[in-house]
Amino acid sequence: MHPALSVIFFTVTSGAGYGLFAITCIYNSVSQTNPLGAHGVLLSSAIALGLITVGLISSTFHLANPKNAWRAFSRVRTSWLAREGLLAILFYPVAALYMFTVWKDVGGYNWLVIISMLSALWAITTIFSTGMIYACLKTIRQWHNPLTPINYILLGAMLGGLMFLFIVSMYEPVITGLVVTSTYLIIIAAIAKIIYFFWIGVPAGPTINTATSFTSSMVRLFDVGHTAGTFLTEEFGYEVARARLIALRWLVFLFAFTVPGLVLWAGVGFMPISVVFAVAVISAFVGVMIERWLFFAEARHVVNLYHGKQQC
Amino acid sequence: MKLGLVIDLDTCVGCNACAVACKQWNTSGTTGPLTDFEPYGKDPTGVWFNRIRNYEVGDYPNSKTVHFPMSCMHCDDAACVTVCPTGASYKREEDGIVLVDQDKCMGCNYCAWACPYGARELDREDGVMKKCTLCVDRIYDENLPEEERQPACVMTCPTSARYFGDFDDPNSEVSIISRERNGEQLMPELGYEPVNKYLPPREKKKVETYVNETNSIKAVKDWVNRLVAR
Repeated sequence: MHPALSVIFFTVTSGAGYGLFAITCIYNSVSQTNPLGAHGVLLSSAIALGLITVGLISSTFHLANPKNAWRAFSRVRTSWLAREGLLAILFYPVAALYMFTVWKDVGGYNWLVIISMLSALWAITTIFSTGMIYACLKTIRQWHNPLTPINYILLGAMLGGLMFLFIVSMYEPVITGLVVTSTYLIIIAAIAKIIYFFWIGVPAGPTINTATSFTSSMVRLFDVGHTAGTFLTEEFGYEVARARLIALRWLVFLFAFTVPGLVLWAGVGFMPISVVFAVAVISAFVGVMIERWLFFAEARHVVNLYHGKQQC
Repeated sequence: MKLGLVIDLDTCVGCNACAVACKQWNTSGTTGPLTDFEPYGKDPTGVWFNRIRNYEVGDYPNSKTVHFPMSCMHCDDAACVTVCPTGASYKREEDGIVLVDQDKCMGCNYCAWACPYGARELDREDGVMKKCTLCVDRIYDENLPEEERQPACVMTCPTSARYFGDFDDPNSEVSIISRERNGEQLMPELGYEPVNKYLPPREKKKVETYVNETNSIKAVKDWVNRLVAR
């Protein structure tokens, strides 16, 4: 698949935004001694909403005819893209209600817990829908697996967790519990990504034989029928050398998981705390951007079987 | 009704007339124009609803060249319609034709991602998705003589390798021919129930392959023959 930068940017930033919002909500409602105070929670929520908004705006650059984008919420009964769009838009009033609750300190503790959990669940469901946009496509086996939405959620939560650490560090120097939680999130996200890379390494799905109905003999493409590229070859024919893909996978593990994990583990108490968390956040963002680029670049659409691939 | 095509891979000679007729009709039809980029340049590209690929099936000497025209399969369970967020892609209840409402399409490419057959192509000039309409603006046109109310590709095929008809009617030409000659779906394992069927090439009498024997006497004879011919 052609890796469209607008979509990569959208999935990473809005995922991180929803992750940050969910973690802010959860931490604020369960923590007994919240060092952030109302001011910090509002700042954190506002940063999350900013990321979400930038991501959503970026996603419209992928549209060839954006003036019809408002229609994209009309088929929620069947389309995951419509569901994602609707959940993303309806998240704003929910988030506003949450921020209003924190700002004015209304409704008491029980209401805070309810609205926090609702906002967190809503944010996570929205990331899930983003993942399902890709996971529901049977035509791309690298996407059509349960780890796709799980990876989206875990990486969003991981980025959100690291950013939350950075924001909290501006109010309170060391919060051991949060650092431990973030480290666990990094480890779980890394394991899920390793499993994902193993899963997509196993060939499966349609072959050139089922694509052409000649299932009992060898089939080879003799001539593709066009002299230049087509929409299909430009959109689906994107291919990167195997060695480069492997190298990029290592970079994903280096920047997204290893560097943030190491600085959290070894950097706390060794460097200024904000620097530690800033390095972790920046490195993780770079890593997840590469991860998302790979997610598209490694995807092989079955239409390539008609352009000469034996198996996708 | 379940309208669709049957394509006879035995008689198709890969002349591309169906693709050209399709382009000609539809570029001036309701979904037109089918934009071309650099049509007279070095790398001409553009929107086509019908593309022909050529395959070698089997191993030499038991191999065959198969020409393979592909357009929209008008699937019974069309994934492109399921995934479309705007409702621009729809499947007509009355005849099963899958169409794009160009006034609603936002050009997100999602339907093209969902289609395994490469039937949908984005028109980068208009910013909307375009696809085979089964010549919906032709097959119902009462101003045309009745025998011409067929898709342009079927009308033009010089070897009559393409058939158009109603698969819901068990006695229609397309139903009978795909039943008798084992019409196949492409990628049936994806479960989209493509309506169009492909008829496999018929079994042909085996043609003996001439194997060039070489021995020393024959080599001398060949040498003499060449010498004499000169």
